[in-house]
Amino acid sequence: MFRKLPDSTMKAVTLSIDGVRVECAQGETVAAVLLRQQECWARLSTVSQAPRAPYCMMGVCFDCLAIVDGVASVQTCLTAVRDGMIIERQRGRPEAA
Amino acid sequence: MHADIIVIGAGTVGAAIAYGLARRQRTVVVLDGGDTDFRAAGANFGLVWVQGKGPDLPPYQTLSRTSADLWPEFARELTGEAPVEAKVALEYEKRGGFAFCFGEAEFEKRRAMLTKLHVDCGSNDDDFDMMERAELERLMPGVVFGPDVTGASFGRHDGHVNPLRLLRALHAGILRHGGTLLRDHAVTGIRSAAFGFEVEAAGTIFDADRLVLAAGLGTAALAARMGMHVPVRPQRGQILVTERVAPFFPYPANGIRQTRDGTVLLGTSNEEVGFDTSATATIGTKIARGALHVSPALARLRIVRQWAGLRVMTPDSYPIYIQSNEFPGAFVAVCHSGVTLAAFHATVLAEAIAAGMLPAWLSPFHPGRFDVPKAA
Repeated sequence: MFRKLPDSTMKAVTLSIDGVRVECAQGETVAAVLLRQQECWARLSTVSQAPRAPYCMMGVCFDCLAIVDGVASVQTCLTAVRDGMIIERQRGRPEAA
Repeated sequence: MHADIIVIGAGTVGAAIAYGLARRQRTVVVLDGGDTDFRAAGANFGLVWVQGKGPDLPPYQTLSRTSADLWPEFARELTGEAPVEAKVALEYEKRGGFAFCFGEAEFEKRRAMLTKLHVDCGSNDDDFDMMERAELERLMPGVVFGPDVTGASFGRHDGHVNPLRLLRALHAGILRHGGTLLRDHAVTGIRSAAFGFEVEAAGTIFDADRLVLAAGLGTAALAARMGMHVPVRPQRGQILVTERVAPFFPYPANGIRQTRDGTVLLGTSNEEVGFDTSATATIGTKIARGALHVSPALARLRIVRQWAGLRVMTPDSYPIYIQSNEFPGAFVAVCHSGVTLAAFHATVLAEAIAAGMLPAWLSPFHPGRFDVPKAA
């Protein structure tokens, strides 16, 4: 549904989403990368377990939460990609401790 | 428009009384104010709490206990009688609750206070236990307690509920039993008439045989017109709420409560700041520190919201129930524990108002107690 416009000036970055290698470019947000995957969701609702995708892309809707480098409930639309970043889609409620 | 009874105020107190009256086949009109009115019902923490209540007025302990005992049946009725498509799950649980103690001195002081209250009320059951830290760790394996937690008192009759769902269920219950609930109907006039009372709201005159004033902070002015002195003042309380996490805190506690959805509510404050409903960073920090004192691991949770509400506070903090001497048939009910007392309001108090007389055992809650001259 979404694809990245080619821009050869941006440095290539590699991260993993649920163990799958994904190529992207420096300056992108994690949410933008999630959106152009085959499965474009970021998390399952903590109440209904329905999949939720990044929506507002500006930090207010909290639908883009995912686990970034082991930290749960990160707003991926406010998080820039870094080389070697490990993204996991968040399934339900994180553990408290 | 005529009704048997007009209830002014559709917060948790007024709505519970109106629901109880409507269930008893009285025709009820409930007049409620606007969205921007001060609404304690929308800011509540959601405890149905008994332990430690009424250290200097044991009848308040008895009243809280009576209501807590009535709560399970009240909750069953309120949700059970609703049609399936209109059911509001209250998220009510009664498994007991904790008040944490830091240090041996505080632990022993708490034990002494609860023991005295137990004796003063003539209780003959095990209403509380003092639990050492090891026992807390056994009962709440998911909680990492801070080093200063010595133990806690466990109140057997304590519980919790979603206060917003409670309010919604009460409103639905009033309508289901044929009552009328009118929003944006702030009362502009009130007087006794030849047969009962006349109330003016939103340009309409309503008349009824009886009148219940349960308008929270707005009650003082209304009661004065019915010849009753009802001193109430706002007391601000603030609450923080965290993101949703997997269940780990299995019992409600004073100041920490995990909801069914997984959020953790952290409270609270007692501030004398008049009618100021701002949430403040200073108090938010203090509440967070208090919670971390219980469990430092809570620091990992994100705070997603903070809010403030105004308690309906009386001079001695205890409820006011009164029927006017000057205008019999006019009643007042105000308190800051509308959730705990909801079951009592919807049953015993509604029954008494329907019968036209408050029971003698409620006399400790007559506001005449504030008029007694203090010894010099």
